[in-house]
Amino acid sequence: MESITVTFKLNGKTTAVAIEPLESLRTVLREHLHLHATKAGCGQGGCGSCTVLVNAEPVLSCLMLAALADGQEITTLEGIGTAQHMHPLQAAFFDRFAAQCGYCSPGMIMAAKALLDKNPHPTRAEIAEALAGNLCRCTGYVAILDAIEDVVTQMQEA
Amino acid sequence: MGVKQLGIVGQSVKRRDGIGHVTGQTQYVDDVFYTGMLWLKMVRSPISRGIIHGIDTSKAEAFPGVVTVVTAKDVPNNWYTILCLIGVEPNDEPVLAHEEVMYFGEPICAIVAETEAIAAEAAALVKLDIEELPPVLEMEFAISPDAPAIKKWGNNTFMYDGYNHRKLRFGDFEKAIQQADYVIEGDYSLSPIEHAPIETHCCVVKPEPDGRLTVHSNTQALYFTMDNTAIILQVPSQRLHMIGGTVGGGFGGKVDVITEPITCIAAMKTGRPVKWRWTREEEMRKSSTRAGVKMHYTDGVMKDGRIIARKVRSLEDAGAYHRHSPYGVQKHMANLPGPYTIPNVWVDAYCVYTNRQPSSAMRGFGVTEATFAVECQMERIARTIGMDSWEIRLINAYRNGQMRPVQKVVEDATLIETIQAAAELIGHELPAHLKAMSSDDYAGKGGHHG
Repeated sequence: MESITVTFKLNGKTTAVAIEPLESLRTVLREHLHLHATKAGCGQGGCGSCTVLVNAEPVLSCLMLAALADGQEITTLEGIGTAQHMHPLQAAFFDRFAAQCGYCSPGMIMAAKALLDKNPHPTRAEIAEALAGNLCRCTGYVAILDAIEDVVTQMQEA
Repeated sequence: MGVKQLGIVGQSVKRRDGIGHVTGQTQYVDDVFYTGMLWLKMVRSPISRGIIHGIDTSKAEAFPGVVTVVTAKDVPNNWYTILCLIGVEPNDEPVLAHEEVMYFGEPICAIVAETEAIAAEAAALVKLDIEELPPVLEMEFAISPDAPAIKKWGNNTFMYDGYNHRKLRFGDFEKAIQQADYVIEGDYSLSPIEHAPIETHCCVVKPEPDGRLTVHSNTQALYFTMDNTAIILQVPSQRLHMIGGTVGGGFGGKVDVITEPITCIAAMKTGRPVKWRWTREEEMRKSSTRAGVKMHYTDGVMKDGRIIARKVRSLEDAGAYHRHSPYGVQKHMANLPGPYTIPNVWVDAYCVYTNRQPSSAMRGFGVTEATFAVECQMERIARTIGMDSWEIRLINAYRNGQMRPVQKVVEDATLIETIQAAAELIGHELPAHLKAMSSDDYAGKGGHHG
């Protein structure tokens, strides 16, 4: 198959990349653009570890053809904070021990960001609902909900 | 009580790797990419049991983009068992099957290609000539005389000191059970459990100019993996530069030395870096599980609640190969009587081989299963004789100074204190005589279970 070029805004920067037509957005992010925060857990839309934001909506990047990202705005975990300047969600996940093995954390944080950007004052039940598609196997759900609630509280106080 | 203030214990400490995890900067094995890296895909057995008559890799080898195919003849020391390092024998598992297949999904040959997609496509072109045999899938059948012997040594169990099960004998069960007021029996079983880590198995190996191999592994047991890989490759272990420690979930599922030897051989054979990452389906259906276990308890109990005799027969399903099960059953045997002082104990614990996907380590394997059965049985006893659930446990809990069936004197008992603390936490008022109990209240001969 002939490769095609797609252009999207990736973490704020216009990015053009040559891809195979059937490659997933996850593969393109990880293997062409070397952004490895987005994880590959199942490739079937079952685990949520590849969650990224497409136009502020949480999307399973393993199920989205990269070709469909043309002209869209993509945000990955690398785009929201760094070790030196963590996003409040990243800081809260760190403080609350909400990342154990860490493999689900990028997807969890991106799903949480999508929620808080739309609804800054969610209930605990709404947070749980927003993360329903993200699996953690180190039994960290309570710590994850606590971390996100911390951020909600911080935003209310700010 | 005056507790000395400690520097670290009791303090909350931030995780060293935490910032890496939450910012996506932690490098997991699948995040390792090398220029010129090849990809590996495994051709696996499509059936549970059969004799291999032929493996035709010619079409796969001719497929554009395929660099090599790794078969059993490429493996310097094909027969291995992980626990050879602690004396478990014989080597019962091939790195790559070549004589027979023993479970659905068993590795047969590896396709190494320029891309993962090419490797997967070429893997489907390997022609397997396997004569299917009826699989042995059920443990009671496996240990019956009617079952075909699927293991080379002529039966379907691990052999413990010449016996087909691990024996534990303490006191005189046969005599004691005759004297019991009640004989209480119970059957308990658990299905196999898959660990299902979010990160699947993955290995990347890069051959270095000095002849060493850089091995990126997500094993939970790096040194175990290094030693076993060195034995399989027949190279000194200093040729293996193992890089590990970052595991995206393991829970015991990543201690099997299951990706590194083959990936190393592929890298040595091609002289190029090679990555092998498992699909979710491989992780769920082909990787080891927690063993399925079936336990039968026969207890002799007195009206006052004392358990004076306990007999357990347990079957643990190792699947097709040892992996960690012979050791797991050993732990299982020791824990089947439970944390209770019972003067007459008889345990027969079988490590049974079947044509199922091998079982191996998982979070307290052997012990957790026994605890489940023991505590269900304690409840059954309490209800049968009409005694309180707390009391039946506190009466029988082992005390410091008492002899355990495994011939070890109890030195560090905390069960009574733990139960008392649990009662307090949930607001359950224990009667005074149970509150007064202590792990140190065993008076020696003539005492409670004297």
